Amino acid sequence: MKFTWFNLMPWPYLPESFREEHRSVWVDIPNTLYDPARGHHLYHEYLAQLEYAEEVGFDGLGVNEHHQNGYGLMPSPNIMAGALTRTTSRAAICVIGNSIALYNPPIRVAEEFAMLDVLSGGRLVAGFPVGTPMDTNFCYGQIPALTREKYYEAHDMIMRAWHEDEPFAFDGRYNQLRYVNIWPKPIQKPNPPIYIPGGGSIETWDFCARHDYNYSYLSFTGYKRGQQLMDGFWERTAELGKDDSPYRAGFAQIICVGETDQEAEKLYSEHLRYFYNRCLHIYPAFADPPGYRTIATIKKNALAQITAAMQRRFQNLTWKDLIEDRYVIAGSPETVREQMVEMIKGLRVGHVFCLLQIGDMPDDKVRHSTKLFAEKVMPLLRDVWPDYKDDNRFWIQPMEERLRFGPSANGGGR
Amino acid sequence: MEFRHVETAGGRAKVRVYQGGTGATLVYLHHAGGLIPDDPFLEALSRRYRVVAPVLPGYEDSEGAEELRDMLATTLHSLDVLDALEIRNPILVGHSLGGMIAAEMAATNAHEFEKLVLIAPAGLWLDEHPIPDLFAKLPMELPPLLFHDVAKGVALLSAGANFEDPEFLSEFLITNARRMGMAGKLLFPIPNRRLSDRLYRVRADTLLLWGAEDALIPPVYGRAFQDALGRAKLIEVPEAGHMLPYEQTERVVAAIADFTD
Repeated sequence: MKFTWFNLMPWPYLPESFREEHRSVWVDIPNTLYDPARGHHLYHEYLAQLEYAEEVGFDGLGVNEHHQNGYGLMPSPNIMAGALTRTTSRAAICVIGNSIALYNPPIRVAEEFAMLDVLSGGRLVAGFPVGTPMDTNFCYGQIPALTREKYYEAHDMIMRAWHEDEPFAFDGRYNQLRYVNIWPKPIQKPNPPIYIPGGGSIETWDFCARHDYNYSYLSFTGYKRGQQLMDGFWERTAELGKDDSPYRAGFAQIICVGETDQEAEKLYSEHLRYFYNRCLHIYPAFADPPGYRTIATIKKNALAQITAAMQRRFQNLTWKDLIEDRYVIAGSPETVREQMVEMIKGLRVGHVFCLLQIGDMPDDKVRHSTKLFAEKVMPLLRDVWPDYKDDNRFWIQPMEERLRFGPSANGGGR
Repeated sequence: MEFRHVETAGGRAKVRVYQGGTGATLVYLHHAGGLIPDDPFLEALSRRYRVVAPVLPGYEDSEGAEELRDMLATTLHSLDVLDALEIRNPILVGHSLGGMIAAEMAATNAHEFEKLVLIAPAGLWLDEHPIPDLFAKLPMELPPLLFHDVAKGVALLSAGANFEDPEFLSEFLITNARRMGMAGKLLFPIPNRRLSDRLYRVRADTLLLWGAEDALIPPVYGRAFQDALGRAKLIEVPEAGHMLPYEQTERVVAAIADFTD
């Protein structure tokens, strides 16, 4: 099993009345709610948490891209990944990822990811999301019905840029370049491991299987609701004649660990409430612009993550609901371990993106939960998939002789 | 109204075409929501004209939307439809998105059209008067943008709709994705594909019709079209919003008749 410590980098100062006063945490959230001076401290606190995660033994450190978003403060995750290359030395740096349809031209991603791979000594995991409608269509103006076609073209350009040794001309519908010839090229050959974060489009399953890319289902609604979708993924992967290595798939899970079940509730329930009630307050009309999902995906009834009904549900979720319905995995190390096994085996995943920083959770609680997970849960989950112990196709291949840097001092504090 | 299916340009697209009435040939291009069943505006027009209403790919069972990625492809497709129907120099009428396409056709094939009617056309953008984002609206938010008489609008839009029925909902999502997915290629994120650069080419006599209470594309856009076209006639229709053909059907038909007769 691989465990990546994932930091969404949420803004922890959304007012109590946020939900009543504003229609969305994303796209048109008033930017007067952001305070750059507090943001300075926060970025360093969040980076230090990622560094801490390496120290306590996580395999990967995860960052991702969101725009105009109150729960994701990384328009450019590559900047955060760049900082981590200097303060970490062992863990994979998982950029999940760059929304490649948004970069013009997309070789910008080929270049920046190559820089990160070189800087980190071959520790980059390269994520290529199609992108959420909020980011891709509403913030960055891409036409919904053309987003996927543009995405595929960007992918082809990036992969050729990494693989080919001579300058070449690229005549795309959305991008034309006479001389594609990137400097630098990545350390990992033929390319860093590719992860495709998905939200439920069935076309993405075929794309991952065809290229042997990892498919990671990123949702905040837990493994029970993820089951149907991952069953669909595995069914389709088998249909396409691919093996069933669990390392083909990943899942994002919100996790809270306390010394006891009671302590977990006491320490973390207010932060979960902040996350579900304020951070996921997204205007439903931003979540599914017509044309973004293909007809095939709609017919498959693979629902968008954020529906109006789901929004109403998020508003009223209690700790008991969150636990019993398995939105989150929370409790004592033993409780968490049990449920992690159920999730990992049920979904058949070799990689978990662990969301241990949640909403407005302060640094000391984040580290407490992280440490308990690393020391008392993770070691017991290492060998869930003994038959696939040597399957390294979906993981980093760092340089042996790379430079080592130590973690920096703890973050800014807030 | 009868309908048939017509293939264009050697099978590039296959579109449904409604047809009815007698008189001068009038080609009608629908708005982004598509025609409504037994469309009352088409019916009214067909009492004076031979109405021909092609349905844009992505709407109803018209096929070929995949290849229509941008304004030029859509404009040429719409001209292909007229070729396939062997229609020359019709009265060309378009509403909203259909008006935008009609204006592009008249600018592209300037010698083909003598009478052009644009009903609250999309296609221009004024920074001082931003058009609301049609693609970020919940179903219940639409009627106030589209209709002067909101209650009547709700009744017209929701005829036969039952969002509690999963089958209806699924069917609605598919229909809406096809239609608005296509419309988005011309209107998203800003409904401006630089028609203003080309309007100077329009030679047709042009009538602009606008709902005085249009809350989606306010009447100030009518004056902007008038300025860009040079010599177009603009009529504001009282007690009507963006859906003026449905709110003031008789007035709109009478204004078109005045203009063409």
